[in-house]
Amino acid sequence: MSSLYQVLSPAGELVGDLKGQLDEATMIKMYENMVLVRQFDRKSINLQRQGRMGTYAPFEGQEASQVGSAMALTPGDWLFPTYRDHAAAIVHGQSMARVFLYWMGHMEGSISPKHLNIMPPCVPIATQMVHAVGTAWASKLQNEQHVSIAYFGDGASSEGDFHEALNFAGVFQTPTIFFCQNNGFAISVPFSQQSASKTIAQRSAAYDIPGVRIDGNDIFAVWLTMKEAMQRALEGKGPTLIEAVTFRYGAHTTADDPKKYRDQESLSEEWRKERDALQRLRVYLENQGLWNETREVELIERVSEQIDAALVEAESYPKSKPEDMFKHVYAEPTWMATEQESELVKPSKQEGIPA
Amino acid sequence: MKRKLTMIQAITEAMDQKLADDSRIMLLGEDIGVNGGVFRATEELVHKYGPDRIVDTPLAEAGIIGAAIGLAMNGKIPVVEIQFLAFIYPGFEQIVSHAARMRYRTRGQYHVPMVIRTPYGAGIRGPELHSESVETFFAHVPGLKVVAPSTPYDAKGLLIAAMEDPDPVIFLEPTKLYRAFKQEVPEEMYRVPIGKAKVVQEGSDVSIFAWGAMLRVAEDAAKQIERENGLSCEVIDLRTLYPLDRDTIIASVKKTGRAVVVHEAHKTAGLGAEIISIINDEALIYMKAPVKRITGFDVPVPQFSIEDDYLPTAERVKDGIMETATF
Ligand SMILES: Cc1ncc(C[n+]2csc(CCOP(=O)(O)OP(=O)(O)O)c2C)c(N)n1
Repeated sequence: MSSLYQVLSPAGELVGDLKGQLDEATMIKMYENMVLVRQFDRKSINLQRQGRMGTYAPFEGQEASQVGSAMALTPGDWLFPTYRDHAAAIVHGQSMARVFLYWMGHMEGSISPKHLNIMPPCVPIATQMVHAVGTAWASKLQNEQHVSIAYFGDGASSEGDFHEALNFAGVFQTPTIFFCQNNGFAISVPFSQQSASKTIAQRSAAYDIPGVRIDGNDIFAVWLTMKEAMQRALEGKGPTLIEAVTFRYGAHTTADDPKKYRDQESLSEEWRKERDALQRLRVYLENQGLWNETREVELIERVSEQIDAALVEAESYPKSKPEDMFKHVYAEPTWMATEQESELVKPSKQEGIPA
Repeated sequence: MKRKLTMIQAITEAMDQKLADDSRIMLLGEDIGVNGGVFRATEELVHKYGPDRIVDTPLAEAGIIGAAIGLAMNGKIPVVEIQFLAFIYPGFEQIVSHAARMRYRTRGQYHVPMVIRTPYGAGIRGPELHSESVETFFAHVPGLKVVAPSTPYDAKGLLIAAMEDPDPVIFLEPTKLYRAFKQEVPEEMYRVPIGKAKVVQEGSDVSIFAWGAMLRVAEDAAKQIERENGLSCEVIDLRTLYPLDRDTIIASVKKTGRAVVVHEAHKTAGLGAEIISIINDEALIYMKAPVKRITGFDVPVPQFSIEDDYLPTAERVKDGIMETATF
């Protein structure tokens, strides 16, 4: 159970079976997507440092997990991200401008493209997992061929909601995919201190659902595992727990200082050198004659333009108005809120009042 | 010796001194060990007292609070840190069904001497669910005490009192004030009694009631209005939200005949309503005007692009004061 399923080795060599499922175009798309989201992530950190964005949760290092899993989905599937899974959301079709907006402190950043079911980033830990059971359950009851995927971290696996979600999904055999990115830390707490279980995948046994532990930096392994889980789900065979073992190179958020609790530089350096997801796919593609420096330069230029365009869009989004906070609290505003709203927008009554 | 501390330093010092003073005290929470807590309230304590007393727990609020209840029933005094008030909800069941009721259910045989510390309130540009002010949830539940300091001095004295209290105390720390200013804080251990409000500024025309980060807003408004309109405001820091200091509230409104309550919590069923009720019960005939509430709105605390518009401002409080003054 603690062995890792791997298809593409860190050296960029095929060590597993592609099962005839991965064509060249998909592999190239995988690489392009990973480069795009890595650039997006770095741009976001810079924007935060420039004060153009609020606190941001970076994901660099986890690209293969997010991109590979999201690429396996189809448009009607339900995606439940945490605050760190914007790469998955973007790959599934969320606009980068929306993601920028969200981190710029606008609720409108959570709006999903109409034809997609992308939920807002979930801030409370593990609480979205049970929702993914619910939407999947409804899909099943309504005979819709769609899965729901819940993203979560290793820390989340300690919360009660994690266990309740797995249990419900097992009982009702819902087409849910529980996708854990085990990046080794919940803020400062290493997994060894999070739980006495050796792996997260092994927890699936308690609920009698399939569980797999995979190399989360190997996008082929992620994608193939997802495809299998999806097939099982759509055949009515219930949920799967996937533990993708990976690492986040940077801080927990831009407000956090990882030097306090982990050997930040050397750990990140080691992962980057030995396991980086982009690097290994690039080597593989180059060896297959599918990639070269010219394409790389062209790609970087193209994604930078896309990201810049998204940023322009986000920054030219109309400024929020105070009264916006009263919208969408209920279908119909209550009298209390309506009164309060007029109080908020009324001109100050200070002037003209006698002392 | 005179030293000035921020609120977060005062809180650290309170825990440090009680840890040294009472071997039953232990701290539990997420990232409170080597990381020193997300706001650094427990900075360095793990090096001083070790990982058995400063415990980095798994990420599970129901687990932390539930285990703390058991620890408290069996001889320990757990001080729990929840990273932000909104993340207390997974442990809410344990607080309301168990911490609050253990003494009652066991007819006094067991009790739960524990403190749950948590940052609360808006104004720090936090992400979603990092700015909540839902003190009413806890003030509504019999069996809990609810405390919200507004100064470093009170934070230390109230936290020491909370750690010595035989009942579970929800200790709400206004995030915005953690590092906002420094104040002289005595080096020795001292207590600020739970259940006692503080008259921060005496006045004769209007009483203003506030707590936490809103106290500064209330004081600001009082100063401005005194300068601009010559009105004399009595500013009262409630400090404890359950049990409320009824005597101080009533004594003040009997003197002024007018009152304004300021809180950043949502208006409906907020504590302002309770304070007005107390005034109605005990001092209605002294009142020259209806009591005004200046509060947050009945909406989820908005994202930070319009967060400041949610919060009561000195301007809004001044408007409220003028309304009661000119009623
Ligand atoms: C219920 C709850 N408790 C605490 C927090 C504060 N918090 C935010 S992220 C985090 C760590 C999460 O770790 P993990 O689940 O491993 O995900 P990662 O951030 O590593 O991706 C904590 C404790 C929260 N958001 N929600």
